[in-house]
Order: sequence, then structure tokens, then C-alpha cells
Amino acid sequence: MAGFRQSEFFHNYTRSSSAIIGSGLMALFAFAVLAGPFLVAQNPYDIASLNLMDSYKPPIWLEGGDPRFWLGTDGQGRDVWASVLYGARISVFIGLVAMIASCIIGTVLGLLAGFYGGWLDAVIMRIADVQLSFPSILIALFLMSAVGTGVDKVLIALTAVGWVVYARTVRGSTLSEIEKEYVQAARVAGLPNHKIIRKHVLPNVLTPLIVIATIQVGTFVLIEASLSFLGVGVPITQPSLGLLIKNGFDVLFSGLWWTSVFPGLAIMMLVFGINLFGDFLRDELNPRLK
Amino acid sequence: MAGYILKRLIQMVLVLWVVSVIVFLMMSFTGDPVFMVVPIDASDAEIAQARRLLGLDQSPLMQYWIFISSLVQGDFGQSYVFRQPAMQLILQRMPATVEMVLVAMVLAVIIAIPLGVYAGANPNSRLSRIIMSFSLIGISLPGFWVGMLLIYLFAVHWGIFPSSGRGDTRELFGIRISLLTWDGWHHIVLPAVTLSLGTMAILLRMTRAGMMEVSRQDYMKFARAKGATRGDVLYKHGLKNALIPVVTIFGLQLGDLIAFATITETIFSWPGMGKLLIDSIYRADRPVIVVYLMLVALIFVFINFIVDIVYTLIDPRINLK
Amino acid sequence: MTDTPLLEVQDLRTYFHTFAGTVKAVNGVSFAVRKGEVMGLVGESGGGKSVVGFSILGLIDSPGKIEGGQILLEAEDLAQATEDRLRAVRGREISMVFQDPMTSLNPLHTVGRQMDEVLRLHSDLDAGARHAACVAMLESVGISRAAERLRAYPHQFSGGMRQRVVIAIAMLARPKLIIADEPTTALDVTIQSQILKLMRAQIAGTGAAMILITHDLAVVAEMADHITVLYCGNVVERGRTRDLIEAPSHPYTRGLIDSIPDTTRRLDRLSQIPGSVPDIRNLPQGCNFRDRCPRAQAICAETEPELTQQHASLMAACHFPLRPGDSA
Repeated sequence: MAGFRQSEFFHNYTRSSSAIIGSGLMALFAFAVLAGPFLVAQNPYDIASLNLMDSYKPPIWLEGGDPRFWLGTDGQGRDVWASVLYGARISVFIGLVAMIASCIIGTVLGLLAGFYGGWLDAVIMRIADVQLSFPSILIALFLMSAVGTGVDKVLIALTAVGWVVYARTVRGSTLSEIEKEYVQAARVAGLPNHKIIRKHVLPNVLTPLIVIATIQVGTFVLIEASLSFLGVGVPITQPSLGLLIKNGFDVLFSGLWWTSVFPGLAIMMLVFGINLFGDFLRDELNPRLK
Repeated sequence: MAGYILKRLIQMVLVLWVVSVIVFLMMSFTGDPVFMVVPIDASDAEIAQARRLLGLDQSPLMQYWIFISSLVQGDFGQSYVFRQPAMQLILQRMPATVEMVLVAMVLAVIIAIPLGVYAGANPNSRLSRIIMSFSLIGISLPGFWVGMLLIYLFAVHWGIFPSSGRGDTRELFGIRISLLTWDGWHHIVLPAVTLSLGTMAILLRMTRAGMMEVSRQDYMKFARAKGATRGDVLYKHGLKNALIPVVTIFGLQLGDLIAFATITETIFSWPGMGKLLIDSIYRADRPVIVVYLMLVALIFVFINFIVDIVYTLIDPRINLK
Repeated sequence: MTDTPLLEVQDLRTYFHTFAGTVKAVNGVSFAVRKGEVMGLVGESGGGKSVVGFSILGLIDSPGKIEGGQILLEAEDLAQATEDRLRAVRGREISMVFQDPMTSLNPLHTVGRQMDEVLRLHSDLDAGARHAACVAMLESVGISRAAERLRAYPHQFSGGMRQRVVIAIAMLARPKLIIADEPTTALDVTIQSQILKLMRAQIAGTGAAMILITHDLAVVAEMADHITVLYCGNVVERGRTRDLIEAPSHPYTRGLIDSIPDTTRRLDRLSQIPGSVPDIRNLPQGCNFRDRCPRAQAICAETEPELTQQHASLMAACHFPLRPGDSA
């Protein structure tokens, strides 16, 4: 730990306002996601705890606001603040899990493609190219429309869209690493392939992967929010921030803005924090700029 | 050049074929469309007849063959909901989407490029930092949420712009275009602004990155050593070089706009093909979904092709192989 | 007839203010170049040579800044000149040849357009006259089918040809002084001498002067009339080429000369100057070279030596300069 604190990374981190703000926001969300349910009195998805008389109360600073619900309530009397906290859990969960799945699958495919080459490489890369010529949201939308709503299905759709960037990056790094003499020497010496991959190729691929993975969580949160907004994302029983916004949309025209604005604000802060920190990471970990 | 074009055309056809297979496979999994055509309490004979009519009694391979051969002839079948040829439905609504996408793209470009050039040429100025912060926020925003915000502020609260719909249209060469009327423009402002924000942010960041990259190049300094002014060097020498990477993502951005138009049209009830797609997904109107996907695939493949051609025209170093 | 030098640099100081400290890249450099002369500016990479060249043309960008000194072009101080005046000077009275011909030319403009730019900026010639001048210039640097080649792009030329184009651009407006910053370093050895010969022919033809910046003593030995040796931002020795090469007085210069492989003698090892260049942000007190100098004594760590007259035409900054006949 002491070594880390003296490292250049830490030095630059403390001097970069975007790094500090970005990671601060991320930490805030991590805390909210983990501690959320304990921070609010009401579980917005426990029907028994809801009171219809509390519905559509505005935020506390407006006329008619209720001190129990500082951000107001929705049509069923759900505390918006509690809904946002619970919703954030789902949004973040989906973003993280999908990122991990994409990363693993994409990295494996990229390693295989780069290492073994041949038709395996050709097939994987062709699929990747075709996929990349279409916008991810459309592919995800199409997949979801075919398989139906549900958190697990959203995860599958996001992974199907997200693996490509890892595969390409890893393949590129693998190709450049195996050309290097020390890898060829290891192969000649009879070192098994998986050891070569683990010891030589993977460490070099790690830094770009970290940057991609970080930013991808934010990207996934946004895609999932869009899918849910269109009604082909998460089910009503597990509303992510995107679904909350959708529910708020219906009453927006009556002037009831708080049910949709606050969940959106939450998404924005989360993704903004991720992008800020991701930018810092990208500049820090880029060997070319050194 | 001709050989290259031919090669690309073949590639395009291959990609479209793969897409058709995937679309077909996916559509086969989405439940039984029989009950779109006959009521739930139909007799067995009626169901069997409907099945035959829809070709559902054939083997999957045969079904695919029927699918692909009618596709090639432009026959996508009838919409279950509207009882009209699906292709016709989509084409009717295409102008609305094209309008919105075009306005959004133009808006994004005329704001993003100049700001990006400035931010790239003066990366440490206060204004640049502000610009970059806004662009970062721009790519962190859920587009539909911004649309809702704009509706609330400008339509509900202040009543300056309409919150939905397309506005009056006038016909040109048989196509209804709303941009030819003031009312049309009045209606397109909010949706186009909403749609443009994401692309604007990305184009801005790419332009800035390109300018910064270019500013470091030797030929910029060499041009100054010849006695050229800072402005000359920036715009005559730097800009074209900096815009090359921007051109490459331009095509992708156009594709993204078409994709995000589905959401924007839904929020603003804009009668384009995006809204039609979403509605069709809700109503399981298979033929329409299929048309949309194939058409959009064709558009994307074509856009990528055009972008590649443009790219080779701009950069004399590219050798067409 | 007064013999005022064409260019006189006096006590030039160019510093770079970075986060990690102030880099005094040029720290009190003085020299003079007369009409028609070739001066070699020699030193190790990173020693500030290129910075001198850019400072003369006012092309130092932040975080760098000319902190002091005078740059007298025929008695006009360029260090005080306005940007407008500098722009008139650049390419016209003083032009520059960069090191890497692969990157000095804009890949998206034709060669002709880049040559034409110089004339458009600095002359009143019309398009036809400019075109003719470019064709003539291109031919004079040894590129055949010049009119055709003007329409070509830089990537269609080889490295050596590209450098010829760069030289052509530098000569187009008939400058009085050419600053050549490592003009042959990026080229094949076989091409190097061709390019050097070309440059010599060009300046002989026009009577221009040249500052030849390089780390390669062998190049300046051949080309230069007199040499200025730079170390860590200071002039450590200067004088007429023959005097300097045959009997240098500064140990650093001696080290540089000795490290040129001599094909006439049998050697077991190549001679090297021991140690490495000190960190410019943290220069040692006293003489910058003392840690690597075989002749260093206690005083060298305390006081910085001044440039003083030595034998023949040489000036050196050393407490224990070499005399003719000394072995290192």
C-alpha cells in the first residue's frame, strides 16, 4: 500500500480534479447501492408500506411537500428517494454484471482469435465486424423484442453487444505480443500455450481492458435505461432507473416532474462520474503519452 | 477503384444475407403469429387454414426460402395490425424519420466541429475546459430523459414549443416534408435538439482530439517556419488532417442517430419509422419489424460503404486494395 | 567596410517552465555567423541545439520562453520583434530545414502547393511565375520531371527526395540564412552525403549562410567553416573548424572527436565519453561537464568556467583546457 501511495499514479490522481470527482461519484453510488435499503424507511416495493394518500407529493422545497419524502412521491405513494436508491441498485447491478460477462467472453474469444489464428480468427472477427456496423442499441432492442423482458435477458442482450470491443482489443494485443521474441522463445522451449497466455499476453492487455471496462459500465447503464424506457428492458417488479423515468413520463404533461427528473439525474451523475474517472484512467494508463 | 467497389458490393450482400438469417431465426422464436390473424376462439380448421396461409406448416428451411425470395422481390407481407403491405407502411413514415435525423446531424455538426476545433487548438483555455465538461455531460446523459426535460420546460411549463407531433407538411416530388412549413420547423425543434445532443458531444470530443493530435505534428511547425500565420496553419494545414478520424465515425454516428430516433420518436410521438417499430414490437406485428430491420440494415451497410469511399477521396495516402 | 555579422546571438536564454521544474535548455549562448559562412552547432541530443534554432525564429511555444539575450539579424533584435515581423522573416530572410522529412511535409497537400505557399507568403509573383520558380527550384535540387512531381503527394517520394523538397522550400525565397536542424540524421547513410553536397551547392550558389545543427562531428568537420560546441545549454568551445578538429581545447570536444571511429587505426574498443548527460533540471554546481571529465579538479565543482581565448582561433570554457599536443 505504501508503494502505491508513492507511485506516479497516485501522485497524478491527487492532482486531477476529474479523477477525484469521478471516483468520488462512483464511490457515492457504490455506497448508495450497498447501503441503500438501510438508508430509507420505506421499501417502495412492499405494497403494504404504501399509502395512496401520500401519492404525488412534490419535493420538500415546493408547496405541498412532505418532510417524510424529501424528493416527493409517485402515483402509488412511493418515496421517490427510496425508488431512486432501489432503482440504482438494479441499474448498477446490471451494468456491472454485464460488463464482467462481456469482458470474460470477449477476452477469451480475443485470445483464441489472436493466438490460434486461422479460421477461428476469421470467423470471430467477421462476426465482430458485422456487429460493429450496427448501433448497439438497435441490436439490443431487437434481441429484447425477441426474447422478452427480464433482468437475465437484459444481461444476455448487453453481453451480446458488449463482447466485441474486448475481443478486438485483446486480439490486437495478443497478435503483437506473440510476435515478440521472448514469446517465440518460450514456445520453442515447450512452454504450454495457456502459460504463455497467462504470463506474457494477459499482463500487457490488462491496462486497456481496465479503461474499456470502466467506461462500459456507464455505457451499459445508459443502454439498459433506454431499453427499459421503451418497455423492453427490466420488468415492472424490478424497476431500474430507466423504468422509473418511463413511469414518470406518463404524468410529465400534468406538470409532475419529480418522478422522472430525479432518476434521470441519478443516471447522469453515475455515468458522468464513470466517464470522468475513465478519462483520467485512459490518460494515466496510456504508455504513449508518457 | 471499380474492383474495390465490386468487392464491397459483394461484401454488402453477404452481410445483408447474414442479417436476414438472423432476423428470420429470431422472428421464429417470438411466439405464434397465427393468433394475429385469427381470433383466439377460432376453430381448428380456421387455425389450420391460417397456418397454411402464413406458410407456417412448412419446414423451417422452406419457410426461410419463402422468406428470402419474397424479400428480394420486395414483398414483406402484410402488417398484422394495419392490413397493409408492411413495406408501404415503413416507406410512408420514412420521410419523417429522415427529416429529424438530418436536422439533428446538421445541428450536431455545425456546433460540434467549430467548438472542437477551438478546444483542440487552445486546450488549456478556460473556455475549452468548460466546453469539454459539457461534452462529457453530453455523453453521460440518457437521451430520452433530456427529451422529457425539454418537453417539460419548453412545452409544458413555458409553452414555447409543441410537445408532440410532426406539424404541417407540404408535398415535394410526392413526399410529404414538414421542413417546408413553419409549423413543421416549430415541431421539429425539440425532437431534433434532443436527438442531436449525444452525437454533438461525441463529434466535439473527436474533433478536439484530432486537433490536439495534429498540433503536435512536425508539419505544423514547419508551416510556421515558412512564415504562415497561426490561423493559416490551424485551418489550412491542421483541420483537414484532424477531420479524417471524424469522418470515419461520421457513418457510425449517422447509424446511431437512426437507432436513437426510435426513442426520440416515441417520446415526441413523431410519426416516423422508429415509432412504428416500437409500436410493432408491442403489438408483435412481425412483418413490420422484419421490414424495418432489413431496411435499416441496408441503410447502415450503405452508409459504411459511402464513408469508406469518402475516406479514400480525402486521404491521398490510402491505397485501394 | 564594416564586417558586421549577418546573425549575432548574444547571451541567449530559453527556459521551459514545466511542472517538474524549470529546464534551462539554452543558458547563455553566444555566437556569430557571417554572410556566406557555415557554422556548425554541435552537441549531444537534448543539449539544447534545436532550441537555439527555434529561438532564433521565435518558434518556441509554451511552456518555453526566451528569457533573455539578443538575436541580432543585421543589427535588428529578433527577440524583441513582433509576431508580424517574425512571420516576414521566417521563410524569407531565415529559413529552416527540419530533421525528419517524413513528418515535415503535410501529407494531404501536394508538394507543389507546399512550395507555392512560401512564394505566396513572401513574394508578389503571380501564379504562373510562382509555378515556374517552383519547377526551377525542384530541378536545381536534383528532382527530375519537376513539373509533374509538383502535383505529387509527399508519401509518393522517398526519404531522400523528400528532404530535397524540404531544402527546395527552404531556398525558394532566397534566404540569407538557413538553419538546418539535423538535416541528414533521419536519412540513409548513403543518401546523407548526397544531401550535404546538395546543401553546400545551394548556399554556395546564393551566398547564403547556414547554421548546421547536428550531433555528428563528422558532418560539421566536412561542411562547416567554424564550429560552436554546446553542452547542457552552454557554449563550451568555439572556433574555426580546422583548429577545433585538429587540436581541441575543451575535454568534451576532445571526447566527441575521439568517439568518431577512425578507420585508419586498429582499435579494440570504441572510445566513449564516460557517464551520461546530467539532468538539465538539476545541473551540478560549477562546470556542467565535471562529472565526466578526466581532467576535473576541485575548482571545477565550485566555479563555472568562462569562455576564454585559447590557442589559434579557439575559445573554450574550461579551467584546465587542453593544449596542442596534449593527450586527453
